Amino acid sequence: MTRLNASGIDYRIDRIPILSGVDFRLEPGELVGLIGPNGAGKSSLLRILSGIVAPTRGDVLMDGRALSQISPQQRARSLGYLVQGAQAYWPFSVEKVVGLGRIPYQKWWRQGDAEDESKVVEAMQLTETLAYRNRIVTTLSGGEQTLVMLARIFATENQVILADEPVAALDPYHQLHVMEILRQHASAQRAAVVVLHDLSLAARFCDRLYLLRHGRLDCSGRVTEVLTRENIARVYGVDSQIECNEQGASVIPLNRISDHHP
Amino acid sequence: MIQMPVDARLLTAVLLLALLAMFVLVLNIGAVDIELGQAIGDAWRQETSIESLILFDIRLPRALLAALVGATLGLAGAALQGLLRNPLAEPGIIGVSNGAALGAVIVFYYGLAGFAWFMLPLAGLLGALLAVLVIFLLVGQSRSTITLILAGIAINAIGGALIALALNFAASPYAMQEILFWLLGSVANRSFNEVHIALPFMLLGWGMMLYCGRFLNALTLGEETASSLGFDVPRMRLVLILGVAASVGAAVSVAGNIGFIGLVVPHLVRPLVAYEPRRLLLASGLAGAILLLLADVAVQSLSATTEMKLGVITALVGAPFFLLLILRSRNTLQ
Repeated sequence: MTRLNASGIDYRIDRIPILSGVDFRLEPGELVGLIGPNGAGKSSLLRILSGIVAPTRGDVLMDGRALSQISPQQRARSLGYLVQGAQAYWPFSVEKVVGLGRIPYQKWWRQGDAEDESKVVEAMQLTETLAYRNRIVTTLSGGEQTLVMLARIFATENQVILADEPVAALDPYHQLHVMEILRQHASAQRAAVVVLHDLSLAARFCDRLYLLRHGRLDCSGRVTEVLTRENIARVYGVDSQIECNEQGASVIPLNRISDHHP
Repeated sequence: MIQMPVDARLLTAVLLLALLAMFVLVLNIGAVDIELGQAIGDAWRQETSIESLILFDIRLPRALLAALVGATLGLAGAALQGLLRNPLAEPGIIGVSNGAALGAVIVFYYGLAGFAWFMLPLAGLLGALLAVLVIFLLVGQSRSTITLILAGIAINAIGGALIALALNFAASPYAMQEILFWLLGSVANRSFNEVHIALPFMLLGWGMMLYCGRFLNALTLGEETASSLGFDVPRMRLVLILGVAASVGAAVSVAGNIGFIGLVVPHLVRPLVAYEPRRLLLASGLAGAILLLLADVAVQSLSATTEMKLGVITALVGAPFFLLLILRSRNTLQ
């Protein structure tokens, strides 16, 4: 079980503040959503939480230890990061892409062993990508590619998955499939953080939400506390209709608010 | 996408055998016909004969250099293509060879080679390093082929201009001619001295590039993903760049500019290793050695009176190949 904790995170690029004073925590079993308008700093926060970018100020603690103090290999075994629009630059087979997820366990001179092989197959089963294990990944549809990239993360057996807009540009079928896989991962006392633009998906699948605006945390908490008409109007600048149902809630944006300056 | 992956060990074994066969073939070729067995026998009995002199003082260093330089260029081409994730990256095209040549020309020009045995390869290394660093600053995160090739043109132009400057003020026409011939690229008339000079830098560079294999595999999914898989990306990138600079710098400083090997070889080998950058390294190194030995056989058998330079034949064959690659990828150039 892995916990993440961050407080007072500042992040600047060329002195331009991207994030200011952001607090964050992730408990085992949770699926947490990062939401907010374009440019609010969601992706930057996710990169910092995954340890691939160091914050300008503040520290991310993994089970009480600063990420900067943990070896990159150990970090890679615990935290899996799915980049937005992940793509393979060379025409790799699906199996080979998923096999990259075993790198944190391999010495540089060694080929993968039987254990690596079985973890790769397991990961492909979990994401239902086993059927096209020998296909070239660049020839697959966007939805299939996202599932393959997720399989790559599952092959590492990370405690925490951090995914940057994994469902952007996917059809509804694949959107639900990806979210269900992440939900399932979180439920088994592991955890996931996911950047989302679709507020209805966020409402339905996430346990807690962090709403970012201009690099600051606007509010955070349970879905019903964060996704209110007032919050959405203030942060996104749209009037919305929120319908609660047994699946969670649907957020329907209605009109832009004309005097809103995001 | 053509894929005909071959089992890794089988491929390595076949390439090693082919390399050995090609090496023996090259030793048999030359202006004079000699009996290999006789030459080796004479040397074994420590009798100095024309045959053993030809074999050990002329042909062996030449064949060794061709193999070492070919392996370096194949390996460096594969490494650069993996790093820049671009199949058109090559030491010659992106200006690394010219950078190394400039370093070596400066050493020739000022007669610095006499100071220490490592002056020539070190100057080649520094010139190559400067060129790769500039390429990296110019191209950076962008994977655009256009940017890469434009950056290569710029660096080649700067290197070429400075070499021209050195030639312009060369001490004598004789010195100028010597530098010009050397620039064309050749492994003829070399001795074990050149092998000794280049080998340490080449081995170091090969080791550094091969060490980066798994990193190059991870880089297939981009730098952020490679970082999340536990690689210190800036450090690995530096190791790879230093490896390219050390080995290409040494190769150019003893053999001049031999182009297109680093482009053609990885391209031919890639389908056999299922496009895996890590496996491509070793296979391209072996195939590069084979191809340059083959090219050296060609120059020795084509012309009897004035021998064609090795760099001329690789350019004659490689440049149209480069053109073909550009034509084929024209639709995807961004």
